[in-house]
Amino acid sequence: MERTAIRRRLSWQVATVTDVRRETATARTLVLDVPEWPGHLAGQHLDVRLTAPDGYRASRSYSIASAWADGTIELTVEQVPDGEVSTYLVDVVKVGDQFEVRGPVGGWFVWKPEQEEPVQLIGGGSGVAPLMSMLRTHAAAASMVPVRLLYSVRRPASVIYVGDLKELAAADHVDVRLVYTREAPAGEPRIGRIDADVIERFAFTPAESPTTYVCGPTPFVETVADLLVAAGHDPARVRTERFG
Amino acid sequence: MTEATHLDGNAAAGALSELFAVDVTAAIARCAGCGQTGVFADTRLYVNAPGLVARCVGCDGVLLRVVTTPTDTYLDLRGLTYLKLPNE
Repeated sequence: MERTAIRRRLSWQVATVTDVRRETATARTLVLDVPEWPGHLAGQHLDVRLTAPDGYRASRSYSIASAWADGTIELTVEQVPDGEVSTYLVDVVKVGDQFEVRGPVGGWFVWKPEQEEPVQLIGGGSGVAPLMSMLRTHAAAASMVPVRLLYSVRRPASVIYVGDLKELAAADHVDVRLVYTREAPAGEPRIGRIDADVIERFAFTPAESPTTYVCGPTPFVETVADLLVAAGHDPARVRTERFG
Repeated sequence: MTEATHLDGNAAAGALSELFAVDVTAAIARCAGCGQTGVFADTRLYVNAPGLVARCVGCDGVLLRVVTTPTDTYLDLRGLTYLKLPNE
């Protein structure tokens, strides 16, 4: 038997940092150049692997925040206390530096422009990153599907993508709502986590049959997923991604 | 608070992509321990063990382990009765 093609196993390749943007006091966006990047779907992620001079290796998975329709690969990294990979990516890495990446990967937590149902996005902290890729992909595809983002942040200064979110929210069928848990800007009376009341007031209803994407820290995702199911949403239409 | 909590099966996509021709995280998995079925992305993933360990959300039983040594990779699937993948 002759094998006409040998499938190349997806593996590590070298990425070069081409730009760095400070998003908040603790988060940065890294723009990467990866020569053999096949393109990615909104919501997919990649793994980053760092190798120390002594050979010690550490890898972490990061969501891609950009839309491939825009031709860019961007990661937004939030510094985790004592995080050996995130500290390097947020505080140390600079334009021109290189590290290994593997991806794009993940076929579950993805949104495709051909989906016709309303899209409910719910993010906690830097869990907004893959949801941003979905919003950007939605905009690039000029999709008319209604999409809503509920974004839980501690305080106004913690909001990632402030400018881009304002621009995206200007579209008729895009709704962005921030939920502040510690400190709110002037004119926003409510301070508190996403609860049943917030879900009822601002999310699509079960009757509208949305697909819902929830991403954030594990306790946030568990709480929100439970609230959605309690509100009558079909668990099969709620997709979740937890980052610990 | 600083204790790392678990991730979920989505975060195993990279390691599994080196072993499988298709994306396994979107597959339906059945636990050999309690019979629970659900998408692999929803399993509890622990990465602070040597390698990766995915556990069932129903019974906490081990579903899958991936351990990589300098020369080989071990894939232990004995906690899964099946993985159901669409024929696309």
